[in-house]
Amino acid sequence: MSTQKLATPEQLIIIGNGMVGHHLVEQLVDNAALERYQVTVFGEERHRAYDRVHLSEYFSGRDADSLALCEADYYATSGVELRTSEAVIEIDRNSQEVVTEQGRYPYDRLVLATGSFPFVPPIPGNDRDGCLVYRTLDDLDAIQAAAENATTGVVVGGGLLGLEAANALRGLNLDTAVVEFASRLMPMQVDNEGGELLREKIAALGVQVLTERATQRIEPGETSRLRMVFQDDKVLETDLIVFSAGIRPQDTLARECGLDIGERGGVVVDNQCLTSDPAILAIGEVALWNQSIFGLVAPGYQMAKAAFSTLTEGDTQFGGADMSTKLKLLGVDVGSIGDAHGNQNPGARMFRYLDPIKQEYRKLVVSSDGKKLLGAMLVGNNSVYDTLLQYYSNGIELPDEPASLILPQSSGAAPTLGPGALPETAMICSCHNVTKGNICTAIDGDATDLANVKGATKASTGCGGCTALLKSVVDHELEARGVEVDKSICEHFAHTRQELYDIVRVEGIKTFSELIEKHGNQDTHCLGCDICKPAVASILASCFNEPITDAAHIPLQDTNDTFMANMQKNGTYSVVPRVAGGEITPDKLIVLGEVAKKYSLYSKVTGGQRIDLFGARLEDLPDIWGELIAAGFETGHAYGKSLRTVKSCVGSTWCRYGVQDSVGMAIQLENRYKGLRSPHKIKFGVSGCTRECAEAQSKDIGIIATENGWNLYVCGNGGMRPRHAELFATDLDDEQLYRTIDRFLMFYVRTADRLQRTSVWRENLDGGLEYLKEVILEDSLGINSELERQMQHVVDSYQCEWANAISDPDKLKRFRSFVNDDRPDPSIIMTSERGQLRPA
Amino acid sequence: MTATALKHTVSTDTWQPLCTKADLVAFSGVAAWLNTSEGPAQVAIFYLPRQRSQGQEKELYALDHFDPFSNANVIARGIIGDVKGSSVVASPLYKQHFRLEDGQCLEDENIKLRTWKVAFRGEEVWVEG
Ligand code: SRM
Ligand SMILES: Cc1cc2nc3c(=O)[nH]c(=O)nc-3n(C[C@H](O)[C@H](O)[C@H](O)COP(=O)(O)OP(=O)(O)OC[C@H]3O[C@@H](n4cnc5c(N)ncnc54)[C@H](O)[C@@H]3O)c2cc1C
Ligand code: SF4
Ligand code: FES
Repeated sequence: MSTQKLATPEQLIIIGNGMVGHHLVEQLVDNAALERYQVTVFGEERHRAYDRVHLSEYFSGRDADSLALCEADYYATSGVELRTSEAVIEIDRNSQEVVTEQGRYPYDRLVLATGSFPFVPPIPGNDRDGCLVYRTLDDLDAIQAAAENATTGVVVGGGLLGLEAANALRGLNLDTAVVEFASRLMPMQVDNEGGELLREKIAALGVQVLTERATQRIEPGETSRLRMVFQDDKVLETDLIVFSAGIRPQDTLARECGLDIGERGGVVVDNQCLTSDPAILAIGEVALWNQSIFGLVAPGYQMAKAAFSTLTEGDTQFGGADMSTKLKLLGVDVGSIGDAHGNQNPGARMFRYLDPIKQEYRKLVVSSDGKKLLGAMLVGNNSVYDTLLQYYSNGIELPDEPASLILPQSSGAAPTLGPGALPETAMICSCHNVTKGNICTAIDGDATDLANVKGATKASTGCGGCTALLKSVVDHELEARGVEVDKSICEHFAHTRQELYDIVRVEGIKTFSELIEKHGNQDTHCLGCDICKPAVASILASCFNEPITDAAHIPLQDTNDTFMANMQKNGTYSVVPRVAGGEITPDKLIVLGEVAKKYSLYSKVTGGQRIDLFGARLEDLPDIWGELIAAGFETGHAYGKSLRTVKSCVGSTWCRYGVQDSVGMAIQLENRYKGLRSPHKIKFGVSGCTRECAEAQSKDIGIIATENGWNLYVCGNGGMRPRHAELFATDLDDEQLYRTIDRFLMFYVRTADRLQRTSVWRENLDGGLEYLKEVILEDSLGINSELERQMQHVVDSYQCEWANAISDPDKLKRFRSFVNDDRPDPSIIMTSERGQLRPA
Repeated sequence: MTATALKHTVSTDTWQPLCTKADLVAFSGVAAWLNTSEGPAQVAIFYLPRQRSQGQEKELYALDHFDPFSNANVIARGIIGDVKGSSVVASPLYKQHFRLEDGQCLEDENIKLRTWKVAFRGEEVWVEG
């Protein structure tokens, strides 16, 4: 073909046009090595290289062409000679020639990429009609033909490929059985527990599973085409048998020409993929490196790269590969990482999690010091596979409680490893050998989006298994470079909320003006803005608890805090008195009704177990509150970033199931923490038993009664992004409960960002729940007594802001709609609906 | 009622006293009625006492009390601040910023609140209606 070349090119012959051989051709083509080499490829199969990994899709509608790894004219246009349906039958090393039935071809360099062949156990009768294997497109055609007038099928071998074959038989509408010699399915990848689970799952799909069955012979059947006879003379009749009992390297040619072969087969190669004859290389499943055969495509691709490098005097070497795999077999997730059995690392420790209901099994193999992940096994759910693989392949130090990685999410475990935590050397795409570092380089070049990064690195253009990870890494890196993450709260302070909190506390700064004078940006005006002022007001209130209506604090507040009511869309306000724990006397209910009637307020029971009176005019607020306070009400802080409500269920006092007085506890807690100003609003729930009628697990602080006391849950959230609270401490007595919540809340107040609910704070907290437990329960920072003292100060200095305001004529002046006229705002117009007023 | 309609005020003296210094709230706003040539208007008066001592701009501002985004009379109840070098008030409902100097909305160049001249005469606050 390439007759125009001037210098005599060296002859390079590749035997085998499978996945790995083809990858080598791509390397040669892409890197202009065809100037130097005239390449000839021999393929025994009829088809040009195709995607064997997705072979089974042939049965679900894909054809040979769509499985092919390249366009039909790829070889011709690239100048590579591809000779399909032409098997090499001999290698003559003396004359440096390969021999086929068609002729002899000289070579300067030779690459063996002959892959492997399915192992068929030496059972008498294994060559009868209807005995088949599962490796090539032709094999699949044969299975399809045999299935046509068959009703039953058996797969011999319950390993990875066996199960894939079983799925295929099922898809061909055969009654399918899997016969495994070992005592469990997938003996290589899973242990007894995992195997048992897998058996149940697969049996549930209607595939019969027979383990510990050694087939003695195969005879003609009575009711079906074939009969399998097992060791104990039990028999199984079937119309066809697919052998999938493992693969063996296709090393016949190499053996016959005297190359070094491993004891159990495989052409011995070194890091350069050179065999014992330096003119000959071997790659893919035929190659034996460091006593190992790699039965996966990614290591084969790496060998192809090493071989290319050897052929072009480069220095890329093959250094072994990870055999971790993640598969969906018959719809069942199975994952295996590293030393999944834990038998290659003496002293390794195992963690196991088995959920018999969801049918999930997970196992971790951890180094004896508990710091490194050595292996993992997953059955039934692969969701943590990616995270575990990163821990394993990058040697990332495990969290203090490694078990959290395999516990179900709802118990607040399994923090996923963010892309930021990965080292530069982290392998992101193993098909194309792309590390996080390569991705960063591409981005620092001029790849500005995912598509560009893919183009530049080829990442995720192989098996596709890394797509999700690649995206998260790219997003993370782009973000890190794009908008520089400025943590300043606003243009007036080059500080975060946490930093401002510390400054205020350490320096004892009591006003906004002092803070901005000492710590504000010099080049901005000194007024602050609607971001920093309320944030600082909240910090000052958390620290010193002075009334927010004091002159120095008034300009800092949002209108809701200024007027201690929530502004509605027409400029009126809502009035929400505290109804601690949701418990209210009939007398107080009547007062609410009377006040609502007198001031024409729309009344509604809120989602927080209290009553909201809407539509109050600014100038009416003091009178309304005067009447409420006289009846024993106090402000409900519905307007503040502060404690809202403590929702309760009726508990042991009335409920037949209640084990503690949940209402009593809710009232205690609401009264203790009312008035605490915090980064965002805080909600509690207290339930009298595990039936959880108060929905405590959706609150910032959730408390559920137990026989022995109280279980404390933290960092739940309803709202926009619901999050279940996490169990924090169990069986606390009342006193322990208060202390723990004191510390928890003060730590939140101290360290959270502005407008950050506990749930979001928790998700952003380095070290997660474990860290929080260390700080709050074990006092790892030594700050607990200080946190308790601070909380006690807030509790002791509580006063009802409304009571404070109406006793101060100066403060009341603020509640005038107009300073020069007593008339109400005439543009507030109401209409009535369902017997109440609402904005027109 | 549109906040964008800017009318030339009549040149005759229409200055009127609205309230006293004691009615104002430092670094915040109050609302008052004002007689204008187009009829009564609700104005928001903001008092920034420190401005003068620092040699900056004015210490009194008068703007529309009407918030064109919510159609409610609430501007006087917004938070005062300075954003990118101008003194502003943030609407208490949907948080748009309006420049105190000329009423210009920072988020929407087509929206501008009316403004009036305002000054102390002794302890009294006078506005040109
Ligand atoms: C009145 C009420 C609805 C009702 O008619 O039931 C209500 C009304 C408002 N909610 Fe709410 N929420 C009310 C219960 C809830 C609940 C249910 C609960 O507390 O059990 C939730 C979900 C639980 C949670 O917070 O986790 C809830 C999640 C929100 C959120 C979303 C918070 C989040 O973290 O995702 C907002 C927006 C925000 O805070 O940024 C919000 C904001 C608001 C605001 C303040 C919106 C606003 O700025 O105008 C509403 C003003 C109320 C007013 O003017 O008085 N409201 N809001 C409820 C008052 C409860 C109370 O007695 O204090
Ligand atoms: C059903 C199935 C599912 C699989 N699933 C996965 C998976 O999910 N993930 C994964 O990583 N791997 C999987 N594999 C394994 C993967 O397909 C192999 O690792 C990969 O194909 C190995 O590539 P190779 O080029 O070394 O061998 P092959 O792809 O087998 O190619 C070798 C080629 O050489 C030819 N050949 C052999 N001898 C001669 C000769 N004398 N002359 C000429 N040609 C010859 C053969 O006909 C064959 O076409 C799966 C395999 C199968 C069968
Ligand atoms: S949570 Fe338990 S105690 Fe409370 S009301 Fe429900 S069932 Fe009764
Ligand atoms: S790991 Fe296979 S495409 Fe990336």
